[in-house]
Amino acid sequence: MPKIESEKGLSWKRRTTKKQLLIWLGWLIGVSIIVFAWQLISEKTVWFFVQDAPRQAADIGVRMVPPKWSYTSKLIKPVWDTINIATIGTMIAIIIAVPVAFLAARNTTPHKIFRVAALFIIVSSRSVNSLIWALMLVFILGPGIVAGTIAIGLRSIGFCAKLLYEAIEEIDHSQVEAVEATGAKTSQKILFGIIPQVLPTIAGVAVYRWDINIRESTILGLVGAGGIGLQLNGSINTLAWTQVSMILIIIFITVLISEWVSAKIRYAII
Amino acid sequence: MLRLEKLTKQYKTGDQALIDVDLEIPKSQVIALIGPSGAGKSTLIRCINRLVEPTSGKVYLNDLELTSLSSRKLRKNRRRMGMIFQEYALVERLTVMENVLSGRLGYVGFWRSYFRKFPQDDIKEAYRLLDRVGLMDMVDKRADELSGGQRQRVGICRALIQNPDLLLIDEPTASLDPKTSRQIMRLINELCEERELAAIINIHDVQLAQMFSQRVVGLELGSVVYDGPPDGLTPDVLTKIYGEEDWSATIEKVEDDDEEII
Repeated sequence: MPKIESEKGLSWKRRTTKKQLLIWLGWLIGVSIIVFAWQLISEKTVWFFVQDAPRQAADIGVRMVPPKWSYTSKLIKPVWDTINIATIGTMIAIIIAVPVAFLAARNTTPHKIFRVAALFIIVSSRSVNSLIWALMLVFILGPGIVAGTIAIGLRSIGFCAKLLYEAIEEIDHSQVEAVEATGAKTSQKILFGIIPQVLPTIAGVAVYRWDINIRESTILGLVGAGGIGLQLNGSINTLAWTQVSMILIIIFITVLISEWVSAKIRYAII
Repeated sequence: MLRLEKLTKQYKTGDQALIDVDLEIPKSQVIALIGPSGAGKSTLIRCINRLVEPTSGKVYLNDLELTSLSSRKLRKNRRRMGMIFQEYALVERLTVMENVLSGRLGYVGFWRSYFRKFPQDDIKEAYRLLDRVGLMDMVDKRADELSGGQRQRVGICRALIQNPDLLLIDEPTASLDPKTSRQIMRLINELCEERELAAIINIHDVQLAQMFSQRVVGLELGSVVYDGPPDGLTPDVLTKIYGEEDWSATIEKVEDDDEEII
């Protein structure tokens, strides 16, 4: 297309004129939408509060200092709960996600129906936030760690299964073919031809999701599903800002450690 | 020992990969299958062990018709056909030993293979084969740590530990340098002779085909256009297989090489 012949000889442009105009039009529409939306938001904002925001933030900031260090002793148990919710939730998710991924991958699914069912599980797990899962589970199971753990697990199944089934679809098929040629059964084909190829992905995804889950489980307490979020919610509601700052520091340290651990594990796998 | 009758394969895309191929291979004969890319060489050997399902025609292995077997019986009979691949197709993240033992998967059950509890005889045989191809020091190395030539030797061991009657070999030297190519081809030849194996070797390199086979079959557009001794590959024949080209240099070189080897 972009090859142009004229009396001056051959020339070349990246795009045809028509395509270029269409791209400009696309930008024009996009920018107009943003300007329009900005106006809508602006009309519905009470600007007095926004102008007041820096002062309010500074006020809370001052009240947060100094953090109530003595409160730490009461936080150890909730932090431990939080880590357990994330870890056990991730383990449950991986145990369920691996078979789901094999059913969802085009090259390993026994039948299209299984694939559709597996994709449905993945989408429904991914489309609901873990906080909402927790909200529902607290109603069903009552408040506590169990609800939080299952919420984290349910949310993570989709995430893990999706990344895994994409990895299964991208494996080197010739290795599978070679195992098949020896007269191996389908189960052995998966065991020798596919599992070794996706094992690093399984481990990598599990660690990555665990890392995310540590952060997600810190807020589950807001809806009563256990963990440090419970203390955070309580402290904000009672305006105990020095406790809030202490909790934030503890969460920060926990996340920092989890990042460090997951980076180490990922490095060891690859 | 192996007989193909009117073997035909048409892919879903409409490509006619094989058209009425008849071929008979006696016991312990090594044949080279030559032909341009896309002539159907890979399809032909994959239709024999039904990694690719033939559209029509029959394949007989020792008078047993493979083409009509149930998948369970097919798996049993695949054990009698060892396969060696172009890019080695080793399971990269498993060790050399595990790769060789994977050739016994057709003989052991799922849980034994899961726990890697292969019978002692299999393990002994694996050591013997690895020793034979000169990889005794590499047993515990991971497959992706080996060089190309070493990997192909592992591939050969994996095929031989099946204790096959027939070897199906797909471009064994395509990823190897000329010297390693010759060594690998010589090794395959020796092993076929020791074990009285028949073999079909797909190969691009006409010289190698002539040096290391007792019979050459030329495939062009899915049909056999030449079937005869290696020294029958005259410029006319090569033109028929591959198309018009100056073939004199190829053939002369072969004669030089032959003298060196003798």
